[in-house]
Amino acid sequence: MMTSTTPVKAEARNLSFFYNGGNNAVKNVSMPLYENKITALIGPSGCGKSTFLRCFNRMHDLYPGNKYEGQIIMHPDDTNILEKNVDPIEVRMRISMVFQKPNPFPKSIYENVAYGLRVRGEKNRRIVDDKVEEALKGAALWNEVKDRLQDLAFNLSGGQQQRLCIARALATDPEIMLFDEPTSALDPIATANIEELMSELRNKLTILVVTHNMQQAARVSDYTAYMYLGELIEHGETDRIFTRPTRKETEDYITGKFG
Amino acid sequence: MNTVTQVLNNSLTPQISDRLSKNFNRHLKERVIEFILMLAAFSAVLTTAAIMGILLYESYGFFEHVSIADFLTDTVWTPLFENPRYGILPLVSGTLTVTGVALLIAIPIGTISAIYLSEFASHRVRETVKPILELLAGVPTIVFGFFALLFITPLLQKIIPGLPTFNMLSSGIVIGIMIIPYIASLSEDAMRAVPMSMREGSYAMGATRFQTAIRVVTPAAISGIVAAYILGISRAIGETMVVAIAAGQQPNLTFNPMDAAATITAYIVQVAMGDLPHGSIGYQSIFAAGLVLMLMTLTLNIIGHITRKRYSERY
Ligand SMILES: Nc1ncnc2c1ncn2[C@@H]1O[C@H](COP(=O)(O)OP(=O)(O)OP(=O)(O)O)[C@@H](O)[C@H]1O
Ligand SMILES: [Mg+2]
Repeated sequence: MMTSTTPVKAEARNLSFFYNGGNNAVKNVSMPLYENKITALIGPSGCGKSTFLRCFNRMHDLYPGNKYEGQIIMHPDDTNILEKNVDPIEVRMRISMVFQKPNPFPKSIYENVAYGLRVRGEKNRRIVDDKVEEALKGAALWNEVKDRLQDLAFNLSGGQQQRLCIARALATDPEIMLFDEPTSALDPIATANIEELMSELRNKLTILVVTHNMQQAARVSDYTAYMYLGELIEHGETDRIFTRPTRKETEDYITGKFG
Repeated sequence: MNTVTQVLNNSLTPQISDRLSKNFNRHLKERVIEFILMLAAFSAVLTTAAIMGILLYESYGFFEHVSIADFLTDTVWTPLFENPRYGILPLVSGTLTVTGVALLIAIPIGTISAIYLSEFASHRVRETVKPILELLAGVPTIVFGFFALLFITPLLQKIIPGLPTFNMLSSGIVIGIMIIPYIASLSEDAMRAVPMSMREGSYAMGATRFQTAIRVVTPAAISGIVAAYILGISRAIGETMVVAIAAGQQPNLTFNPMDAAATITAYIVQVAMGDLPHGSIGYQSIFAAGLVLMLMTLTLNIIGHITRKRYSERY
């Protein structure tokens, strides 16, 4: 089987998450992210997909009162990135994120992509130039913007903005990239572009993507996880999940009987 | 077709007219209320228009005696002397100097306070500090005037030997303190209006809180912050009591804050308190000065309004 030979990049171990106020949005989830693979996270609205995803870059630390339980182990160094003495900034440098709605900064296209390097203190103009170009190429945006790098990022179309956000996340060479419904705000063509891009990015890094769109999960992902009410119901190779799910709930959801 | 509607009309007429008359009564009542509300709202507009009208009318009388060129270029303002001179420049220089000092104080402190309150302070601190700031904005300006004259000036005289009792420096500093709450509070509003998703984008790139505040939130809120500055400037320009008390009363063409000088507003109170005959040129001169002041603040307010509008369209 594929699972036995593919190295694991990161894994959640008995991960639970509680929002400030006690809402237990993720319940005891254990799940691997295979290296250089795309794992899709599906499930009905409110089942905890975003909450789970945002544990991986400690996004919940930004708001007081949130609580993690369990572990997220990153390989090969076996760091538990949820541990108190692990700096969330270190985590975010290794694991980057693309949001549902494109959220470029009020800066030029160039400075948007250079942002991660700037906050890391990179001053060398040549290095920044090279990284920006490489990231924009990696995000399939270079040809469209190479003559207007100093333009304000807000002037790009929605799809271009989302690719800009991907370039921004790429520029710092992350090991894992998180996508939270990256195409839900985009038209079909822009969506196809992003999906193609994700497939290519797989060669460089490991991807966890939340999606509402079952076809998208089937098209782009290697593994699929189905969540329901904060619990992980089933996880496995995408082909198998979509053809022979072992759990009745998964089958109902995938076939549209539910959700 | 026609007959059908007629039949319908006939059969429905009693009820409809009934309903209509009720509607009419209700409408009348609403109309009256609406009219009263409108009157209240327009009273402010009317007052402003009336003030503008009087300013223009009296200034017109002034400019029948004094050429606009003299008014704008002469360097001496002595309308009440035997040989009167009517150059507004000394009053403008006084106003600008005091305002400049005030901004040197208020912009850095106000902006830093806003960044702190919006991006660093806990909910509890913010909810405590903001009302205090607003309280500071509510202190009567005459109190600030005496604060400048009786506390700040003696303090400054210890540091700067030879500083005259009346000087623009201490008024400027105190006006600066006075407008900090405006700048801080409005800038903070602008920064808080920056969507959380933008901050999250920055944190997700591994930025610290400070980097996020300076590199993302501040530029995103910049037009709101600039609007706050502009409103602060127009407050400083229009401020009267502090300068009337602490800056001196002599029009003086200088930009040195260590000098005593009069501002436009100080001149206006000074003359308005004396008993000048209506219609005399000295009397009219305060309207001309007032007109200049009004134009200065009006321009700033319009610029502030435009930047604010542009910024609110961004998201
Ligand atoms: N900040 C919060 N505080 C408290 N509860 C929250 C918060 N954000 C989300 N929740 C709750 O946590 C649960 C999971 O939410 P989450 O956003 O992870 O769902 P999701 O699967 O991503 O849904 P969707 O597909 O609609 O994005 C929901 O019940 C939601 O109401
Ligand atoms: Mg979600």
